[in-house]
Amino acid sequence: MVRAEKDLPWVEKYRPRTVDDVASQDEVVSVLKKCLQSGDLPHLLFFGPPGTGKTSTILALARDLYGNEFRQKVLELNASDERGISVIREKVKNFSQMTANQGKIRYRIVILDEADSMTRDAQTALRRTMEKYTKTTRFCLICNYVTKIIPPLNSRCSKFRFRPLPTDVLVNKLDEICTKENVNFRGSDDLKFLIELAEGDMRRAVTLLQSAHRISAEKITREDIRNIAGVIPDNVVEQIYTEPVLDRLTKRMRDFVREGYSGDQLLTQLLQMIIADERIEDTKRAALLEKLAIVEHRMKDGASELISLQDLAATIVSSH
Amino acid sequence: MALYVDKYRPKDLEKLDYHKKQASWLKGLVNGGDLPHLLVYGPSGAGKKTRIMATLKELFGSGVERLRIEQQVFTTQSKKKIEIRTLSSNYHIEVNPSDVGIQDRVVIQELLKNIAQTQNVAVTAVQDDKERKKAFKVVILTEVDRLSRDAQHALRRTMEKYMQSCRLILVCNSTTKVIPAIRSRCLGIRVPAPSSSEIVGILNYIAKKESLNLPQELAQKIAQSSTGNLRKAILMLEACRVKQYPFSADQDVILPDWEIYIRDTANEIIKEQTPQKLFDVRQRLYELLSHLVPPQLIFEELLQRLLEKTDDSIKGRIIAEAALYEHRMHLGSKPIFHLEGFVAKYMAVYCEYQEEAAAMFD
Ligand SMILES: Nc1ncnc2c1ncn2[C@@H]1O[C@H](COP(=O)(O)OP(=O)(O)OP(=O)(O)O)[C@@H](O)[C@H]1O
Ligand SMILES: [Mg+2]
Repeated sequence: MVRAEKDLPWVEKYRPRTVDDVASQDEVVSVLKKCLQSGDLPHLLFFGPPGTGKTSTILALARDLYGNEFRQKVLELNASDERGISVIREKVKNFSQMTANQGKIRYRIVILDEADSMTRDAQTALRRTMEKYTKTTRFCLICNYVTKIIPPLNSRCSKFRFRPLPTDVLVNKLDEICTKENVNFRGSDDLKFLIELAEGDMRRAVTLLQSAHRISAEKITREDIRNIAGVIPDNVVEQIYTEPVLDRLTKRMRDFVREGYSGDQLLTQLLQMIIADERIEDTKRAALLEKLAIVEHRMKDGASELISLQDLAATIVSSH
Repeated sequence: MALYVDKYRPKDLEKLDYHKKQASWLKGLVNGGDLPHLLVYGPSGAGKKTRIMATLKELFGSGVERLRIEQQVFTTQSKKKIEIRTLSSNYHIEVNPSDVGIQDRVVIQELLKNIAQTQNVAVTAVQDDKERKKAFKVVILTEVDRLSRDAQHALRRTMEKYMQSCRLILVCNSTTKVIPAIRSRCLGIRVPAPSSSEIVGILNYIAKKESLNLPQELAQKIAQSSTGNLRKAILMLEACRVKQYPFSADQDVILPDWEIYIRDTANEIIKEQTPQKLFDVRQRLYELLSHLVPPQLIFEELLQRLLEKTDDSIKGRIIAEAALYEHRMHLGSKPIFHLEGFVAKYMAVYCEYQEEAAAMFD
């Protein structure tokens, strides 16, 4: 099995094992450490963007709490499990009865990862289940969007926001990995550049590092790093933003789609450009921002990116 | 006799004709041994699949080319049976989960679970003529931009849990419709459409292999009409040869029927704006839909054709209307309503414009 270990991508290889390994997220870490000492735990709700350590933290906590008993004491239900109303009730019930209630820590933990994908009905049912087993079981809900959790559930938990990881923390963590993996980016400006592209998502930063390292047999440039991070070159975005002729801009949008760039990445980068633009009139800026919102919404609904972006093109042209 | 597109599909990363740097990156990734999940995206006909298969060959050896088609059956919680077609070798399995609509979640979960459970024994791959143990299989999921939300959410933790025994290669045209949590779990590989000159190069290569004398004007024309879709360009080359050989520089490039049909439809709309015409156009739209041309493609193509013939002063408005109707089409369930709605709107705006233009001359 040594062999398999080597084959594991770095994100899993360097997943935090203990609460101490969790980088940043000081608030939640300090509270959880107190809980570790006192042996008591509230219901938890973790929320925040992808790759900030939510799943890792609860798994690390459970490992710290239970050690070898982990399997008997922790039930993990995620979006891939059947999570209808009755299923949750049954599973939690069986779990509570199955495990003998002994050991240092009296309660068990039920982890509901990706809870934002649960229906409202299932969440309502969950609330009752939570109340019923509150003596013996603690729940940890995890989600990206806290607004998708119904208020009665929300208010029963201690909430912890997981923030995008700050650059200096990422630099430290990635430097550690560089040392262990013999990566020659260690401490370099290129490493910092790569980290900034990850926008606080540690999972993304680690994957980018691994990939950049694997392909660095040949010399790689910053342009290459941007490319693997899926960021659109600034000049492409600028040409779109400054093009005054509609025909030319609709064609540019066609080329843009042909290049395979992602539409919502364009919106993100345009947004930054529009906000930083000091010359544009306020009313025109407002019109542009509103259009960005509409286009984003439509594309997420499944609308054609080509047509949506051409619609945006018309608004851009009329803002000149 | 194999079609040119199949006959001349490169099988190895070194043999890929364009985006060569990316091909060598893929080689580096594969040879590192710890391949991450990949999200391969780009327009259709840009060569995503070819690139993926070449990557797999690099990873596992030529065993990945021994493919079998299977019909797999999965059972849902409510005991409903769902059937789906898979394409697999000993090392990988490919499936298009959106084939089964909203049951896509079940298919993905069962498929991955099966692989994770049977994967205790490492597969033996042949790389550089040496046998190597691989601890994982590869699962290719195509059209992931069409996966249901449920299926995408279900993939999140699964992708992490089963990472040991399988790696995913997700394929789509655009990452916009892939939820951020999944994007965070993959290395993105963008495959842009090849440029016109790259396409011309490939057409010339095929012509040489087939001992065809291909005039450069014709090659250029084919590349232009293909709009970056290499598959289409090669098919057009073959269609041209069937139609007329020896080639002549000014011979017509044969466009796909549906494209010609949409172009003619646009011309009809420009010619006359009456309820009768609208009725005729509706028949034409039905005709396209019944030939399974995707409604979104009809919309995109129709808009581009109409814009070519529309006065600058109303272009912005037309595009805005198209965007509105096209968006609604995705929310609704009957594409014809929205296509026709747009055509009616176009006619109205166009009439209005013509009346105004006429009034100005009076
Ligand atoms: N705070 C952190 N400290 C150390 N490593 C981290 C941290 N956050 C993320 N990582 C790294 O990123 C990977 C993914 O983290 P994790 O699974 O905890 O993210 P998540 O917040 O649950 O994301 P998602 O919302 O996408 O499920 C981990 O395996 C680890 O390598
Ligand atoms: Mg998680």
